[in-house]
Amino acid sequence: MDYQEILAKYADMPGGMIEAFHAIQEELSYLPEEAIIEAAQVFGKPVAQAYGVATFYSMFSVKPRGKNVIRICESAPCHVAGAAEVVAALEKELGISMDSSTADGRFALEFTECVGQCQGTPVITINGKPYVDVSPAKISGILAEYK
Amino acid sequence: MAEEMRIVLRNYGKIDPLKIDDYIALGGYDSLNKARSMSNPDLISEVKASNLRGRGGAGFNCGMKWNFAYQAQADQKYVICNADEGEPGTYKDRLIMENDPHTLLEGMAICAYAIGATKGYIYCRGEYPSVAKTLKLAIAQAKEKGVLGDFSIEVRLGAGAYVCGEETALIESIEGKRGEPRIKPPFPPVIGLWGKPTIVNNVETFANIPVIVEKGSAWYAAIGTPSYPGTKVVTLTGDVANKTFFEVPTSTTIREVIFQFGGGIAAGKEFKAVQIGGTSGAFIPASQLDTQIGFDAMTAIGAALGSGAVFVLDESRDLIDVTARIAKFFAHESCGKCAPCREGTMRVHDLMDKINGGKGVSADIALLNKLGRVMSYSCLCGLGQAAPSPVLSTIEHFSADYNAKLM
Ligand SMILES: Cc1cc2nc3c(=O)[nH]c(=O)nc-3n(C[C@H](O)[C@H](O)[C@H](O)COP(=O)(O)O)c2cc1C
Ligand code: SF4
Ligand code: FES
Repeated sequence: MDYQEILAKYADMPGGMIEAFHAIQEELSYLPEEAIIEAAQVFGKPVAQAYGVATFYSMFSVKPRGKNVIRICESAPCHVAGAAEVVAALEKELGISMDSSTADGRFALEFTECVGQCQGTPVITINGKPYVDVSPAKISGILAEYK
Repeated sequence: MAEEMRIVLRNYGKIDPLKIDDYIALGGYDSLNKARSMSNPDLISEVKASNLRGRGGAGFNCGMKWNFAYQAQADQKYVICNADEGEPGTYKDRLIMENDPHTLLEGMAICAYAIGATKGYIYCRGEYPSVAKTLKLAIAQAKEKGVLGDFSIEVRLGAGAYVCGEETALIESIEGKRGEPRIKPPFPPVIGLWGKPTIVNNVETFANIPVIVEKGSAWYAAIGTPSYPGTKVVTLTGDVANKTFFEVPTSTTIREVIFQFGGGIAAGKEFKAVQIGGTSGAFIPASQLDTQIGFDAMTAIGAALGSGAVFVLDESRDLIDVTARIAKFFAHESCGKCAPCREGTMRVHDLMDKINGGKGVSADIALLNKLGRVMSYSCLCGLGQAAPSPVLSTIEHFSADYNAKLM
């Protein structure tokens, strides 16, 4: 589905811009500028407001990014459980640093705050799916699921 | 010896959460029918008399809040469940929604009847896509069975903003806007979603409702500590032997939570500090471990029960490093609407990083203390007001840790 179709689907939902943005990101992994401008039109809001929404929420990206979004929790409980080592292992495995994407467009690496899986710190999520009790040794096995 | 008592988690592990018949077989939706046989004022009085206070952090009397919305005149009213659960170390609402979604729907439907609303929303954090799926399935099943009557519920997904847990920011977000808190008053029970009277309650608050209606306010009011009766779901993280969750009466002490239920400190180390209520909570030293976790007992020691997250640190931990990490959280999550928080969280973060990096001087600590105090009363919403609390409490109780890092 392209973003025009998605926006049309949500047009009648009061306050539905955020839901529509989620749906667009599921397809494209980010929110293209044209989609934000069109969203403003579809929901009858100024472009500034649509752009304001797109940039307010940390799960939305206005820049292109890799298809599989890996987020690493750095909140205090994950921090003391060794999140930094997981970060280092992910950066090494993918050959990129945090807040960037692999050249082949497969993966994006981002920080996140607590994702509510704190029974198994440290935690990462890939496309919203949580992986708990992550350690550097487990990284390559987890990533293999997405290759 | 304190014992676990399950009210909101009463069906945990006993039912298939994806099957409404399992819930109904255990008496599910009987309370809704009972509530609908009562008059609205009687129902509200019953909830009020139970002295159930909000489990989302502010601890407001639930029945009293409902009464404001009931008395407000409007052609439409709304019930919103706050399932934004963004407080680090907290996953209790997820446990309830994943394992017993109908308890939440039933609690919301009882509220809807009480205040005269026909439309409800569950604002579920974007980090819980599978929970949203479970909720949508439960809603579809409830609709098919017709148990909700004329009350309809919609699930809306957040998108990663801690401040959206604040009820007016949450309302802005459901309206499709940036999640910036509104100036209060007016409060949501008078002017809420799309300008209409709106009840916002936490997941755990709603989950208590069916049981209160079933067993009565007197039964509930007698559990735990009288000024904040009932139970609290507690989630344990950090250096405890059992990183787990449990539901206990609110008269349980912090010591029992950590050493009895949590099995004590991991790896045979000594206790250093505990932060309760999530990342905006105060750090508590060993001398205050015998405090009860109830709302007022916690407030009395300058701490907060908050979401019920319990984050334990052992003797080997660098408290300044952890506090600096927390300061970064607030600098990141400040919505920027008001200056004391937008600038203050950034300055607190800078100062904490400076001290953590070994470059601080004692004047920096004095400055942090002053800044923190100003923020606690001048910020617009609870985010900025509570943000300094980890810093202020560590300066108060663990000043040696700061001094050890000064130049
Ligand atoms: C920054 C901030 C974050 C909050 N996050 C949450 C949250 O995640 N869940 C919640 O139920 N309440 C949260 N609250 C409290 C809500 O504003 C509100 O008091 C609560 O939803 C009311 O429900 P209750 O009376 O059932 O507790 C937060 C408040 C602030 C200031
Ligand atoms: S206190 Fe912080 S989060 Fe709250 S309104 Fe002000 S800037 Fe926004
Ligand atoms: S603190 Fe990392 S998932 Fe909760």
